[in-house]
Amino acid sequence: MTLEDLREMAEKEKARQQERKNRIMYCSAAGCNSCGADATKAALAKSLKENGLEGNCEVLGTGCMGLCGEGPLVKLQSDETLYQRVDEAAAKRIVDEHIGRGTKVKENLVDTSAPFFASQQKIVLENCGKINAESIEEYVAVGGYDALAKALTELQPIEVIEEIRKSGLRGRGGAGYPTGLKWGIVHKAKSEQKYVICNADEGDPGAFMDRSVLEGDPHRILEGMAIAGYAIGANQGFIYIRAEYPLAIERLKLAIKQAERLGLLGNRIFESQFNFRIDLRIGAGAFVCGEETALLRSIEGRRGRPRPRPPYPSEKGLWGMPTLINNVETYANIAPIIVRGSAWFASIGTPKSAGTKVFALAGNIKNTGLIEVPMGIPLRKVIFDIGGGTLDGTEFKAAQTGGPSGGCIPKEYLDLPVDYESLATVGSIMGSGGMIVMDSTSNMVEVAKYFMEFCKDESCGKCIPCRVGTVHIHGLLDKISKGKATKDDLALLEELCAMVMKTSLCGLGQNAPNPVISTLRYFHKEYEQVLTEPVIFVSSANGKGESTHS
Amino acid sequence: MSQQPTTVKAGHPSGDNRFKLLDRAITKNHSRGDALIEVLHAAQGIFGFLENDLMVYISRSLKLPLSTVFGVATFYHFFRLKPKGEHTFVLCMGTACYVKGAAGIQKSVEEHCKCKLGETTSDNKISLIQARCVGSCGLAPVAVLDDNVAGKLTPENAVQRIKQWQLATEEVAA
Repeated sequence: MTLEDLREMAEKEKARQQERKNRIMYCSAAGCNSCGADATKAALAKSLKENGLEGNCEVLGTGCMGLCGEGPLVKLQSDETLYQRVDEAAAKRIVDEHIGRGTKVKENLVDTSAPFFASQQKIVLENCGKINAESIEEYVAVGGYDALAKALTELQPIEVIEEIRKSGLRGRGGAGYPTGLKWGIVHKAKSEQKYVICNADEGDPGAFMDRSVLEGDPHRILEGMAIAGYAIGANQGFIYIRAEYPLAIERLKLAIKQAERLGLLGNRIFESQFNFRIDLRIGAGAFVCGEETALLRSIEGRRGRPRPRPPYPSEKGLWGMPTLINNVETYANIAPIIVRGSAWFASIGTPKSAGTKVFALAGNIKNTGLIEVPMGIPLRKVIFDIGGGTLDGTEFKAAQTGGPSGGCIPKEYLDLPVDYESLATVGSIMGSGGMIVMDSTSNMVEVAKYFMEFCKDESCGKCIPCRVGTVHIHGLLDKISKGKATKDDLALLEELCAMVMKTSLCGLGQNAPNPVISTLRYFHKEYEQVLTEPVIFVSSANGKGESTHS
Repeated sequence: MSQQPTTVKAGHPSGDNRFKLLDRAITKNHSRGDALIEVLHAAQGIFGFLENDLMVYISRSLKLPLSTVFGVATFYHFFRLKPKGEHTFVLCMGTACYVKGAAGIQKSVEEHCKCKLGETTSDNKISLIQARCVGSCGLAPVAVLDDNVAGKLTPENAVQRIKQWQLATEEVAA
């Protein structure tokens, strides 16, 4: 494949799409799939046939359209109409009335000028919900693989790295390490063999950003990884993905096959000297494998247990070779930066945190789903404008970011800008992008206990502070929530948290006390209240006060 | 070990044809030890769970100590060492589901099935499994029933779904 071939393919696909009178897109991501997208698709196709429209309309499955709580979603490309809760009857009406007679189906119409859509800015998700996730042609038609072509034909590896560095892109896995800097280190490492790894082990409960990107726009990740491989001098990439995401795995497998067939992966890509292969590695359900050294072990086929750093994977990684590990969302940002330039990317967001961030909004909030906002946007805007506020208008209590490694942000900080530094100052972290909204029905002691139970179960057991500490913290929280604890227990809890944080080996242990510390910091009263209660504490209506399984 | 240099070709002495499928997966991974997790995935897909005998077979085929195979199989939550029930009810205990009341569902299904999450009912019909997050947070609380995601569950309709399974099997039996 040459650059001309790529352009020709894009033109051909655009012409093919234009021949169609209408393209009906249905969201085929996991969220809509689980509320009947398949039946919707079948109903759409059937109605088209009945109306004799199947020749000039096509039905295609796209990635996540964002409004996951209101699925199945259907979009008509001709006038960008978005429909929600499209069951079989609604699908028939859309074809009959909207496509057939040109009148919109009011009952299912989504107002796309609402803040949920208008306040977002899409870079990572720009193709999600717009292209057929299983077609490489459609990806190429929207400018896909242009960035790889540009990098390979116009730029030296060092220039690619410089471009990424100037863009100010930081690791989207949560820690926010400057991506260009990391690439530079691996580039400089001297070795015959280097590796590129995409960390798609999205283990944080309540986070589904990476899954949506992989399901909706898999080629974007492959392209980003190939550019990274070129920049650092690697010829082999691995995507480490959770076994819990079967659809994403299937789409990635298909995407890799398509790219290999067209020579966009493999040997002598775009007739350059650059060779690059990507293989999938399926995880097996261990949260700790999101930690980079544990992830490396797991790819090597061993127990996913972390090791001390340094040496960092950028010096000694997979099988002892220099290895670049980035998150899915980081790779998704690469192609736009190469095509549109670092200055464009740096102009979005804040000076220290450039670009956008994808969040998975969930919990007690009206609009659950996937959103992408520029960095630095106030939290209030995310929760109340985009998210539409809490369910049933109950009082907002806290937003939890960063999963079991993050913290709760109380309502005092609603005007806080969402960027790496600001979130850290209030004791939370950006994390990978899960944002769970809690209202007045949530009991914060129970929330802390929930996260600690998670960390206790997921601790790999290698270092003692994490293995033993998490068990004891959980035990204390259990005691507190049952109203059997004294003030001394509370003091012990604080002491233990500090100890686990300071002495654990890896990020899992070091961050495990975060949810406890942040709830202690902002909701100390809730802990104290339970101390003085002489009777067994029972929490909110939905039974969260019960102690849970082991 | 020296008497069995061609374990992969010889198949399993029991003559169980499923081992041929497993051998294919092992060959595809070039019998490399670092493909252990892939091979275990394949084995679980074929056999449903990882029996001791199966792990011995894998350890020989990949030339790994049995302790390594057993260690990896027990480290990862995804691998099962016991057979699962006819139907599986995977309850998501992710944060979003938790905030929306997954614990209540857990309580009701555990009471109904008379077994805890992570266990199988005594008649081997239903396995209750917990997931950390299935990623369908928009539909919380969620459970995966025999590979179909069911969203916006309540303690009542979750039990209802399980009852449907139980009724269906009773009808077949009758």
